[in-house]
Amino acid sequence: MNKELTRKQHLDLYYYMRLTRAVEDTMTKLFRQNKIVGGLYSSLGQEAVSVATAYALEKKDWLAPMVRNIGALLVKGVPPRDVFMQHMAKYDSPTKGKDGTSHFGDLDNLHIVSPISMLGDLIPVMTGVAMGGRYLGQKIVTMTWIGDGGSSTGVFHEGLNFAAVQKAPFVLILENNLWAYSTPVKRQVPLQNLADRAKAYGISNYIVDGNDAVAVYSVAKEAVDRARAGDGPILIEAKTFRRLGHAQHDPAEYVPKEMRAYWEARDPILLYEKFLAAEKLLDAKGKKEIDDKIDALLATEREFAENSPMPPPAFADTGVYCTGDDCHKIRPNWVRPISEVTPPRSSVAPVWTVEGFGQGKSSSSGNAPIHFGDTPATEEATRDAQPLPRVPPKAGAKKLAKAAGAASKSAAGRKVRR
Amino acid sequence: MTMSATQTAPTAVTFLEAIRQAMFEEMERDPAVVLLGEDVGVYGGAFKTSEGLLERFGWERVIDTPISESAIIGAACGMSYVGLRPICEMQFIDFIVCAFNQITNFVAKGHYLWNAPAPMVIRGPSGGGVHGGPFHSANPEMYFVHTPGLKVIYPSTPYDAKGLLKSAVRDNNPVLFFEHKFLYRRIKEELPTGDYTVPIGKAVVRREGRHLTILSYAAMMHTSLEAADALAKEGIEAEVIDLRTLLPLDEETILRSVKKTNKCLVVHEDTRTGGIAGEIAAILCEKAFGDLDGPLLRVTSLDTPVPYAPTLEEAFLPNAQKVFTAAKELARY
Repeated sequence: MNKELTRKQHLDLYYYMRLTRAVEDTMTKLFRQNKIVGGLYSSLGQEAVSVATAYALEKKDWLAPMVRNIGALLVKGVPPRDVFMQHMAKYDSPTKGKDGTSHFGDLDNLHIVSPISMLGDLIPVMTGVAMGGRYLGQKIVTMTWIGDGGSSTGVFHEGLNFAAVQKAPFVLILENNLWAYSTPVKRQVPLQNLADRAKAYGISNYIVDGNDAVAVYSVAKEAVDRARAGDGPILIEAKTFRRLGHAQHDPAEYVPKEMRAYWEARDPILLYEKFLAAEKLLDAKGKKEIDDKIDALLATEREFAENSPMPPPAFADTGVYCTGDDCHKIRPNWVRPISEVTPPRSSVAPVWTVEGFGQGKSSSSGNAPIHFGDTPATEEATRDAQPLPRVPPKAGAKKLAKAAGAASKSAAGRKVRR
Repeated sequence: MTMSATQTAPTAVTFLEAIRQAMFEEMERDPAVVLLGEDVGVYGGAFKTSEGLLERFGWERVIDTPISESAIIGAACGMSYVGLRPICEMQFIDFIVCAFNQITNFVAKGHYLWNAPAPMVIRGPSGGGVHGGPFHSANPEMYFVHTPGLKVIYPSTPYDAKGLLKSAVRDNNPVLFFEHKFLYRRIKEELPTGDYTVPIGKAVVRREGRHLTILSYAAMMHTSLEAADALAKEGIEAEVIDLRTLLPLDEETILRSVKKTNKCLVVHEDTRTGGIAGEIAAILCEKAFGDLDGPLLRVTSLDTPVPYAPTLEEAFLPNAQKVFTAAKELARY
């Protein structure tokens, strides 16, 4: 697997980090002019995480951002005008004013799933996209992000566990920016490294300096390649820092001055500029060209966004339901032969087989007790590992099934008209 | 209803078998249909609604999951985004609330907010009367009827269960499909051998009458019919309507009947406050106020959790006697 970046790729990373910051700076101006309808969230200081992780994905891959992953959206191909218009609730925005911020998606072309504000929900959803893509033979990888804060939700754990047991081609970026709104990570989680969350689910994990763009790309690329190759889900903890408050309204006075100063000195764009200069990949002229390109692009994009109208009031009462083929033609893109998943080729024996069962091997290399069935087997039994007997029914279910099977006085035998 | 074959099968099948047939036939028809849930594969489901599906369709399409309702619903939603049509089984529908956020905030809002249809079905055994206790007897339909973007089905017969489940699988929206477990093995019906569907959003008149209208669904539909038989012996002809779909509600059929009988009784097993009867009362006030000769009455469960002891559960649930008494009272107007 090639983790080495070409000159163009190095400069792509730089361009998207700079673009992300410029887009957010423009939105701060729009916010101060009262042109942003709701809240404005910043990824200042975290641009390397969004950009360099999303850059490791292929075009066919899927991602689902969080609110601080504008950079990932730009890398995936979202034009800045869409980001502006989303925040300004404009009719030409991807959601036509029905939702704001990074809450939009594109199933057909860019393969982006919209986030919701309840953190962690995207983890099982992107697990499902990964499982579905695998089922269709698409060889896709899915990616989403979660914060230190979101990693404490129940659905984070339910989703990651399910992804792990399904070996879903899914990469989860845990963006540890040290603060969940006003609560420091130490008050949320009794762990030094949030990557340790992965150990509970037996999946691979990486820890990376989230302010080092090349390092982030390198682990993300390795993780994406491994997930695609069938290694199962992978968790990457990117250690970084949220330089601004939770949103524009929050001055974040709860953050110690020394902590802020430390991370300001480790600005990911400044660090990367030093690296590029040292590697002779970027000089003053090249930097000026990128500045001008971004300025020109954002001037056009901002003008378009500002000129877009607000949605008409009558639009509120539209689009709750898909009305059928006229609305959405839902057809999976099969890349493998359908015959593989249809009878008779799909037919299987409906029994569990348990690896090592009856072989006299311990269930764990650690000090776990030896489970029933793992005890040394007789020579005869060892010859053929026996499948486990059918799982006994759960007591409640059995009881209810029995009760439901009893004859009814009221419903039995009644002929009901259709 | 549409029917491509009218030939009837030689033997009647249970409600449970009708559900199994619907899933089997839909998976046979369309490889985009997959099933996931707790114990749905090797074991064939806690109630055996998916027996034989794993054997035929394999591990990739019949997926035994961990006990993680949010993961089941979330993953199914993700699968639907790549064009699949997942069916999620909740082992008992009571557990659906473990995935409440995933359903009401993510799945239901997707089409409205960002033009993302989620063609998926969430189904499972619901309802009381089988002494399942407070966590295995729920009727949580109204949490979801209050959620724009979902469709909510609650059938009462094997024919409808099969036809409506097929419609649900083919629908481009998230559909919640409640199966009253009291009916699973108690009622049997001969089904057409060919493919057929029953349209979502259409109520049906089960019994015609002119003195009053009884609106009901699921197990209580049978209770209402039983009460209607008793009422007929006293000269009161009740029209019994099976709502079948609660969201969208078939206002047209409801209004047509009430404008004819001028009296309306709603019978549901769901608890009283916030049940569908309240919504129907509002609709009748708005659209048929001048047609009503009496108040809308309702026979419902008590506003309590579902109690465990048979004596308590019997007191909790509506029954034919309670429906009969309420209908007699209404008929006096």
